[in-house]
Amino acid sequence: MLGHARTTAPEAANDAAAGTTFTGNRGLMLEEPLIFEKGAVDRCGVDLPEPPVVASRLGGLERTAEIGLPGLSEPDMVRHYTRLSRQNYAIDMGIFPLGSCTMKHNPRLNEKLARLPGFADIHPLAPVDTVQGALELIDTLAHWLKTLTGMPAVAMSPKAGAHGELCGMLAIRAALEQRGDARTVVLVPESAHGTNPATAAFCGYAVENIPADARGRVDLAALKARLGPDIAAVMITNPNTCGLFEPDMIAICEAVHAAGGFVYCDGANFNAIVGRVRPGDLGIDAMHINLHKTFSTPHGGGGPGSGPVVFSAALAPFAPLPFVRKTRDHYELVEEEQALASKDHDRSFGRMVAFHGQMGMFVRALSYILSHGNDGLRQVAEDAVINANYILASLKDVFTAPFASTGPCMHEALFSDDFLEGTGLSTIDLAKAMIDEGFHPMTMYFPLVVHGAMLVEPTETESKASLDQLIGALRSVAERMLANPAAFKGAPYLSPRRRLDETAAARKPVLAWAG
Amino acid sequence: MRYLPLTPADRTEMLGVIGAADIDALFADVPEAARLAGPIAGLSAHMGELEVERVLSKMASKNLTAGTTPFFLGCGAYKHHVPASVDHIIQRGEFLTSYTPYQPEIAQGTLQVLFEFQSQVARLTGMEVANASMYDGSTAMTEAVFMARRITRRGKALISSGVHPHYVAVLRTLTRFTDDEIVTRTPDLTADDYLVELAELVDKETSCVVVQNPSLFGHVADLTPLADACHAVGALLIVVVTEVVSLGLVKSPGEMGADIVVGEGQSLGNGLNFGGPYLGLLACREKHVRQAPGRLCGQTVDADGRRGFVLTLSTREQHIRREKATSNICTNSGLCALAFTAHLTLLGESGLRKLAALNHARAVQMAERLSRIPGIDLVSEVFFNEFTVRLPEEARPVVRKLADKGVLAGVSLGRLFPGVRDLERGLVVAVTETVTDADMDAYEDALDEVLG
Repeated sequence: MLGHARTTAPEAANDAAAGTTFTGNRGLMLEEPLIFEKGAVDRCGVDLPEPPVVASRLGGLERTAEIGLPGLSEPDMVRHYTRLSRQNYAIDMGIFPLGSCTMKHNPRLNEKLARLPGFADIHPLAPVDTVQGALELIDTLAHWLKTLTGMPAVAMSPKAGAHGELCGMLAIRAALEQRGDARTVVLVPESAHGTNPATAAFCGYAVENIPADARGRVDLAALKARLGPDIAAVMITNPNTCGLFEPDMIAICEAVHAAGGFVYCDGANFNAIVGRVRPGDLGIDAMHINLHKTFSTPHGGGGPGSGPVVFSAALAPFAPLPFVRKTRDHYELVEEEQALASKDHDRSFGRMVAFHGQMGMFVRALSYILSHGNDGLRQVAEDAVINANYILASLKDVFTAPFASTGPCMHEALFSDDFLEGTGLSTIDLAKAMIDEGFHPMTMYFPLVVHGAMLVEPTETESKASLDQLIGALRSVAERMLANPAAFKGAPYLSPRRRLDETAAARKPVLAWAG
Repeated sequence: MRYLPLTPADRTEMLGVIGAADIDALFADVPEAARLAGPIAGLSAHMGELEVERVLSKMASKNLTAGTTPFFLGCGAYKHHVPASVDHIIQRGEFLTSYTPYQPEIAQGTLQVLFEFQSQVARLTGMEVANASMYDGSTAMTEAVFMARRITRRGKALISSGVHPHYVAVLRTLTRFTDDEIVTRTPDLTADDYLVELAELVDKETSCVVVQNPSLFGHVADLTPLADACHAVGALLIVVVTEVVSLGLVKSPGEMGADIVVGEGQSLGNGLNFGGPYLGLLACREKHVRQAPGRLCGQTVDADGRRGFVLTLSTREQHIRREKATSNICTNSGLCALAFTAHLTLLGESGLRKLAALNHARAVQMAERLSRIPGIDLVSEVFFNEFTVRLPEEARPVVRKLADKGVLAGVSLGRLFPGVRDLERGLVVAVTETVTDADMDAYEDALDEVLG
């Protein structure tokens, strides 16, 4: 289904078509000023009672100068954010094929349940007897995360994937320190997310790259050659960021362990194997799980996420505080005090965060797991993989698919921009042209191991019709780019904004309203 | 399966296009030993909405909710009223189900919100710039200490005893394996947050001094002398604010000379949520912005010359700079930032000032009530909306007994500082606009019974 290919530059039939309206609006594409241009410091959209008259206890530290915070009435506030929202692309509008990001549908039941007062309106420091249901929920989700990964322990408190990486690497460092082993280097594949090397560096390690082989997998021979007494850990994403399962994972884990190191697994792509493969069976020592990817908690324009970390038996004693422990029919929160008094937990490396983690995300993730059940979760992985392979199979005659000859991909399809060679165009031009076609582009220029990489992850919540439309659009854009490269240098033409000047933004940063 | 669009016929057809005999062929790279043959142990088959709702509602019903009982808990998480329109806005699919705005042409909604948020946070804190959020206050404080190390190239941080102990614990965890030196001590049950002592301790090796204002005990202090002492030796003053509503009434950290301000933004727009998701704030002076962690949104123009917004200065971040990044943070608290900015936009300056004044006045009323009870001492002298009292007996069991009577009376210092004898009679009481006269009456009555 191609639809009509239309020229991307609108031809001005009249002033309105050229976008020169009195308001700056273009039909339903509405311009919206900043709150600082609309609001007033004395306008308020909240009715509050008059404060009782008391003798101030502020010791003369009252704020006197104007702060400069504009206010809006409720109707204007609702309109402001509603108009802004319409300038966003979102999963609710269409496919969001970002590789590595697993932008699947966010079920609304999860939103409803996360807002139950019994979860949303409880304080983290309330007496534990008054929040037994909350601890039960955390313990229940922890159980399923351990079950699904085949790992004996889990730390629930990390606030996002990268925070989970820190948690896992701190446990590895604590375990090494405990045995008096001062290793200094962490190995990371070239194709890894940037968070991996950043995390390793934050834990005080030097970072070295492991090369990929011609099949897009970790080069086992090169890895083995580099292992030694200075290697603390290897951080591996599996399935990896090329969308491929690491077939040598068991051998990698055995080799790293034999050399005295640990294996950290980046679980960003767990969606491809959930219910079909337990990472614990591969021999890993720690892995974070992005609840905002695999378990569908909404990404919210950048967050919040949640990144619980599962641990092997070797690392479990070092897991952070606090955690929930069940004793017969009572749940307790193991905080500093109980941990110190217990032989099992006195090796904990400490706290990752104030309080206990992302409760709102836990509720959503448990709702998602129960909704799918054992049959559904397995189907999630299978459909995610079918969808990605369908895209790979349908486009490999148009784009270069560097690893397609080595067999199927997992949950995401990787292409390079080789097909654009000589046109003067690159991946970014194709991505921006996809915006005109009404799509969010795929992940671009990642992983770094492929030139002009395009990483497409459809997820399991896309229908075949949705994929066919994306495939048709990509095919059509690619053909038109080759036929008429000049028309694509300026894309996008039809979005709320044309290409933005990022160079100017960085050269003279304007990061706050100065009016 | 209500979330899965593919039909069996679709799957068969697609496998045909792919050229795979069956689904297992697509998992060929998975070693035999690692293939899960049977069902997931103990997990039932998929459930309908009704069944899932039953299971989770049952768990929710076992918790005593803040809105249904006299409630006085604070210490880093506060119960404020969030207007209905705020939750409506954050549930709009265009915000809720969008990604990090790396494609600015189709993410202007999120980006303009972030620019407005950054501007509000900078003004509130009295700083020049703010980032687009961190996970929460504790991680923001830790990142600020690392930021100070990068700016000053020194590794000693002095932490006031008035900083939330969980925050200090997070900092200790993340500095376990670095060369950073963290100097702190346990607080005393007094109104003194040892700021004078800190000012004397600052030396040429100090990268930063970290102070919480209002402090864990609720105390508000003038930080100007401490800021001067820091700046005299080239150290930075980091101010932590866990109750942002205070900034509507109390002189901002920037006005007192802070160099970096971090905080917990949960009070505006965000519920208690048992501790998360929350909203970390980080603001600083413009000259330090290239050492800041996290995302920043900046103003620019598009190809047609129209104003627009983009994520900028990304060369500080992990996806560009990898092991040399200022932080490994990627996902942040974007939607919580939207809730914060929408709530603050509704309030505006006049509303925020009034809300803060209301919080302070109600807290003063409650403090006066409690201090009239024989055997209870008011430790706090200058405070915003929470204060500390000394009970005639250990506070932790008292809090539990009051909870049995349906009153959530405050946070016992014994829970936050287990084993510290001097603090075990301390109780931190928070009073926001949600507390009624009847709640205060109930508190007094219950306390009467418990203390006998």
